[in-house]
Amino acid sequence: MNNLSMDRVTMADATPEVGITVRLSDASVGDRGVIVDVRADLDGKDHGVDVEELQRRLLEFGFVEGARIEVIHEGAIGHDPIAVRLDDMRVALRRRDAGEVIVLLDRP
Amino acid sequence: MSQAALSPARVALVGNPNSGKTALFNALTGGRAKVANYAGVTVERKEGVVTTVTGRTIHVLDLPGTYSLRARSPDEVVTRDAVLGQLAGETPPDVIVCVADATNLRLVLRLILELKKVGRPLVLALNMFDIAQRQGLRIDLEGLSREIGAPIVTTVATRKRGIEELVAQIDATTLAAATLDAQTWREPDAGEIRDAHREAQRLMKAYVRPPERPDTLTGKVDSVLLHPVWGLVILLGLLLVMFQAVFTGATPLMDLIDAAMTGLGGLVAQVLPEGLLRSLIVDGIVAGVGSVLVFLPQILILFFFIIMLEDSGYMARAAFLMDKIMGGAGLHGRAFIPLLSSFACAIPGIMSTRVIDNKRDRLTTILVAPLMTCSARIPVYTLIIGAVIPHRTVGGIFSLQGLVMFGLYAAGILSALGVSFVMRRFFWRGMSEPFMMELPTYKKPDPTNVARNLLMRGQIFMSRAGRIILPLMVLVWFLSTFPYAPAGATEPAIDYSFAGMIGHFIQPALAPIGFNWQMSVALVPGMAAREVAVAALGTVYAVGDAEAATGGLSARLAAQWSLASGLSFLAWYVFAPQCVATLGVVKRETNSWLWPAVMFGYMITLAYLAALIVYQVTVALGGG
Ligand SMILES: Nc1nc2c(ncn2[C@@H]2O[C@H](COP(=O)(O)OP(=O)(O)OP(=O)(O)O)[C@@H](O)[C@H]2O)c(=O)[nH]1
Ligand SMILES: [Mg+2]
Repeated sequence: MNNLSMDRVTMADATPEVGITVRLSDASVGDRGVIVDVRADLDGKDHGVDVEELQRRLLEFGFVEGARIEVIHEGAIGHDPIAVRLDDMRVALRRRDAGEVIVLLDRP
Repeated sequence: MSQAALSPARVALVGNPNSGKTALFNALTGGRAKVANYAGVTVERKEGVVTTVTGRTIHVLDLPGTYSLRARSPDEVVTRDAVLGQLAGETPPDVIVCVADATNLRLVLRLILELKKVGRPLVLALNMFDIAQRQGLRIDLEGLSREIGAPIVTTVATRKRGIEELVAQIDATTLAAATLDAQTWREPDAGEIRDAHREAQRLMKAYVRPPERPDTLTGKVDSVLLHPVWGLVILLGLLLVMFQAVFTGATPLMDLIDAAMTGLGGLVAQVLPEGLLRSLIVDGIVAGVGSVLVFLPQILILFFFIIMLEDSGYMARAAFLMDKIMGGAGLHGRAFIPLLSSFACAIPGIMSTRVIDNKRDRLTTILVAPLMTCSARIPVYTLIIGAVIPHRTVGGIFSLQGLVMFGLYAAGILSALGVSFVMRRFFWRGMSEPFMMELPTYKKPDPTNVARNLLMRGQIFMSRAGRIILPLMVLVWFLSTFPYAPAGATEPAIDYSFAGMIGHFIQPALAPIGFNWQMSVALVPGMAAREVAVAALGTVYAVGDAEAATGGLSARLAAQWSLASGLSFLAWYVFAPQCVATLGVVKRETNSWLWPAVMFGYMITLAYLAALIVYQVTVALGGG
């Protein structure tokens, strides 16, 4: 899914317990970590609402800095949508709308 | 007792979706509102009454669930308006009862912080406490209550535990609240939402100890049911089993009802003298209404499956699995549950589209919902399939008739996707709104809830037969009987009746799609509701065929309809907008006559085209 395997290798030696950060939209099943940022950047994608509104919706749903997150399932076609474990909840969302959520992975 | 103690109080149930508000409402008021294990079941406000032990009346308001008061979709607007008292002529509730799922507190704690700003006294109902206890979840109720400044009552809504305590607490809270705080709520921005989350997180850390035995079942089940490949296979398999069961499982019971109806007709025929009254009862009422009542077992089997899916928590999983396909057709992710509810009936399906925020996403879903095969089509499909499709087994286990039924359902689903695709592609371009959906933990369906829902469905079906079909059948009988045939008539008497005239008048327009005049005339009362067409056929054929009154309607049709006409009638009913109540609901939900008109127009066009193609092709292949 993502092109981060290179980073993972290089990061692994330096800080074994601090992983690398990925956008939730690029995460694969099994990735787990902590949300470190929920942004409202213009990403050139059409979400049907503006980015500030998308950010507020993500926050209200519990995608907030400090929350533990794990990608647990994904759809068959194009690995989309994804289901995540977000603290005590399970939430499904589309990858298109997950790009603003930045996750610090546990594993290097 | 003081005056205040006797004046009625008003409370509103507010909370996250799927926290058990409606279950609590039912427990409090003895109501029968719909409860199911997915987010977005309740889309309307509903009021009920409970009386305290002191004889005071409390008006309870059940509301749609929400994650914040910052309403975005029409159902959340209902909640916000009720909480803030923004509707014309309405004041805010005296007490807000926040209903929380005790096993999932983080989001609701943030909502509570928002609710506190409304300035009304708050009571927290910690629901699903049975599950919390089973998991060994420890909550410091006293500490939490002190911090949020609201009394806490633990409840188990489905077992009616904690209800008396909750009522007593509501009563006490309304009396204690001498001065109300000012309403200071306004839409929070991102920073304020974050701050509230931080506060909620602090409360969680301080007062809630993580469960000793967390639920592991949901994860295990999901690893199978949400598997990219097996998940889809199981979903398809489930649907296939459901339609097979509807078709084959009901047969013994249906035969029983059919025999009872025939027996009843025979009995009436023996008791009553030959004449108009006997004809009205035997041909009009028993043959007409009876031909629809026969389908009660099928309707109940279908609803049994749907209720089990809804109550177990599978619905949200099915929506997850289908999301990519639906998104490809331009449908919003939240459209899945309204569309699946439309298998029962398009009317609640269309109403549940209120959970969709965006107007265009919502309209698209409303317009395609009636293409999903509603339960009123079952009588039509079953009757015609039974009459024209041979009774054979395919591949050892599947009945050919069941497969045709499955095909008709598939045709409905595919056409809904197709129509939505065309709409989004050519009329309403642009992306649909973000889609986030909670996947609830699985629960064992509650047998009383299932039984109660089934009973209610049965009642609705029977009362439709009584209120709509019965009077219409008297009318159809009248039209098929009068005027009498002239002396020395050569054709059957019914050809000279009003029904015959109407049928012969419409039939030329329907000749290209292979409808005979009886089918044509059945379409007219069939506008009221789809299954009425079956009743009308029952009556028209019974009156027209009074001498040779042997065998049921299906046998008569088998003898008189060609395969091409039967298939054409089926194709017609996949698309035909034959239900005024649906058109009425579309008018109400969209607040305009334009959309019901658009719906009627496109559906009837598709119906005619589909029937035309099916008829002409079947005739060309030698099935005429
Ligand atoms: N074990 C247990 N299950 C419960 C309890 N209360 C509700 N449920 C179940 O939780 C699910 C949700 O209940 P609802 O009453 O429909 O929830 P709601 O808050 O009205 O949901 P929305 O209308 O969608 O906002 C159903 O499957 C109920 O059977 C409870 O106290 N214990
Ligand atoms: Mg509800």
